[in-house]
Amino acid sequence: MSAVGTEAQPLRVAIIGAGPAGFYAAEHLYKQKNLTVQVDMFDKLPTPYGLVRAGVAPDHQKIKSVTRVFERVAKKPGFRFFGYVKLGEDIHVSDLRRFYHQIVYSTGAQTDRNLNIPGIDLEGSHAATEFVAWYNGHPEFRDLDFDFTQEKVAVIGIGNVAVDVARILCRTPAELAKTDIADYALEALRDSNVKEVYMLGRRGPAQGAFTTPELKELGELEDADVVVFEEEAELDELSRDSMADADRGTTRKVEIIQEFAQRELSAKSKRLYLRFLVSPTELLDDGQGHVEAMRLVHNELYRTDAGTLRPQATEKTELLDVGLVFRSIGYRGVPLPGVPFYDSWGVILNSEGRVLDPETERPRLGEYCAGWIKRGATGVIGTNKPDAAETVDHMVEDVREGLVLDPERPSPEAVVEFLRERQPDYFSFEDWQRLDELEQDRGEEEGRPRVKFTRIEDMLAARERIAQVGD
Amino acid sequence: MKVNSILSTKHGDVITAAPGDSLADAVATLAKHNIGALVVIDDGEHVVGIISERDVVRVLAERADALSLTVETVMTREVVVGLPQDDVMSVAHTMTERRFRHLPVVEDGRLMGIVSIGDVLKAQRDKYRGEIDTLETQIMADDTN
Repeated sequence: MSAVGTEAQPLRVAIIGAGPAGFYAAEHLYKQKNLTVQVDMFDKLPTPYGLVRAGVAPDHQKIKSVTRVFERVAKKPGFRFFGYVKLGEDIHVSDLRRFYHQIVYSTGAQTDRNLNIPGIDLEGSHAATEFVAWYNGHPEFRDLDFDFTQEKVAVIGIGNVAVDVARILCRTPAELAKTDIADYALEALRDSNVKEVYMLGRRGPAQGAFTTPELKELGELEDADVVVFEEEAELDELSRDSMADADRGTTRKVEIIQEFAQRELSAKSKRLYLRFLVSPTELLDDGQGHVEAMRLVHNELYRTDAGTLRPQATEKTELLDVGLVFRSIGYRGVPLPGVPFYDSWGVILNSEGRVLDPETERPRLGEYCAGWIKRGATGVIGTNKPDAAETVDHMVEDVREGLVLDPERPSPEAVVEFLRERQPDYFSFEDWQRLDELEQDRGEEEGRPRVKFTRIEDMLAARERIAQVGD
Repeated sequence: MKVNSILSTKHGDVITAAPGDSLADAVATLAKHNIGALVVIDDGEHVVGIISERDVVRVLAERADALSLTVETVMTREVVVGLPQDDVMSVAHTMTERRFRHLPVVEDGRLMGIVSIGDVLKAQRDKYRGEIDTLETQIMADDTN
C-alpha cells in the first residue's frame, strides 16, 4: 500500500459541517506541502456556510463576504460538497470509517444554554438562536411564530447575538427590505408593534461581551433611540480599577456607553434600552400561559480569586413589563451520534482538536473536531481559522506517524455510490452555486442582495427546474 | 472569552501529584509529560498546592537531599485558583501582575484542569488573529465591491 497523502493514495478527509470551521480546516489541509488531500464536506442542509448564512444578521452583508474565501477553497482539486446529508441518518460514523482516513467534526454550537428560572418555558419566551435562524431563513426554523403584537421585548444577554436580535427588532421595514432577511420574516416584522426593546446585561459596561462596531451601530439606528441609564453607565469601583489595564476595545466600549447615557431622546418611534447589572430571576404568567412581565434583580460586582469581575445579586429587584423574551446567554453544541461528548461544556471531548476516548482519555484514531463544537461558542468567524489550523496540524502529524484510519474503500467514487443509495437528493457544490445564482437574481429584481430559498422542497424543485432549462 | 474555552480543548491533560509523593517522583512526572507544574491534590481531590519547576530548582539549590523530600514540604501552598467562568483577559492580567504561570481551575470543588500562561497567551493571540482576519476579509470585500 502506498503511503497515505501521496498522489498514489491521497489523504481522504470527511468534514462534517460546512460552516467557517469546516472551510478553514479544508483550507489549511490544502495549504500543506507534500500532502495530497481530498476533502469531502458534508452538511445536513443543501446550502453551505453554516452561520454565515443562517447566523450573521441580514443587515451585516459585509461580514458575509467571507464566503468568497470559502468559494476559493471549494475550487481546490478533489474538494466536494455533499449537502442535505445528515450524520446519524443518511450517513453514520461507521460508514465514514469505510471511506476516509480522517474525519473532522465541525458542527458548531446549535442550541442555546439553559436559563433555569421560573417561567422560562412560558409562551413568548424563545431562544435567540431560534429567532436568528428564523429571520435568516433556516429551513428547520422557518415555520416558527413570534408574537410581534407585543410592544415590549426583553433580550437576555448583551453579546453580539443579543445585539443582532435587538437591532433587527428595531430596524424599520425599509431598512430590512434592503437585506436578504427571509421574506416571511420581512412581512412579519413589517407589521410589528414592538416599541421598546430591553437588552439585559448581568455585568457592567466594562464587561460587555459585544464588540465595538456592533455597539456603536446601536446608536445609529434610523428610527430607534438607544437609551442607557446614567447610573448604570457609571463604573463601580472595581471596574474603574480594572480600566487601568483595559485594552483599547474595552476603553472604547465604555466611552460609547457613557456617550449613549448622555443622549437626549429624539422623536424616533422605538427605544432600545441597554441595561447593565441586572439578571432576570422569573418570568411572570399572564394567567394564560404567556409571559407578561419579568422580575429582575440588580447585581453588584465582586472580584474572583483569579481577578475576574463577576455579578452577584443584591436585594434590589424590579418588575419589567415584557410580552416577548429572547434568551441569548450562550450556546452549546449538540452531541453527535457515536462521538464522545463533554456535556457540561457542550463540546466534543478533545485535546487540541483530537477527539478523545472517554474511558482512556487517549485520542481516537482518525477523529478530530474544529470550531465551536471543539472550544465552545466564542469568538468571531475568523477565530475559527487558528482553531482549525491547530486541529489540522495535529491531523498532519498523525498522517506522518501513520496514525490514520484504514478505510476499506478509500476512493471518491465509493462515496458517491453510497450516497446514490442512501440520499440520492444530495446537493453538490455546483448545485449550490446554481441555487446561489438564482437567489441573487431574485434579489436583484427587488434591490436586495438575494432572496433566499427557505424550504428544502423549494431548493430541490429549483434545482430540478434549472436542470430542465439547462437541457 | 472564558477560561473554559481554553480547557475545552485540553481534556486529558490534568497531571497531578499527591502531597506524600517524593520530589523525585514529581520531577519524573514533570519530565515525562514535558510540563512546568503539577497541581497537588489530596484524597478528596481538593487543590492543596502547586509544585512548579521554580519550586524544584529552589530546593535543589538549597539541599543535596532535595529529591527525597515530600511534595508537601516543597510545594507552594498559596495557590490562586480559577473558575471556568473567569475571563481570559483578567486571568492574563492577574498571572502577569502576581507573577505565577499556572492556574488550577476548579468547578464545584473539583479540579477541572490547569491553564498555563502559555495557554493564555495563545488564546489571546488567536482571538486577535481571528478578529484581524475577519476585519481584513471585510476590507477586501469593500475593495472589490
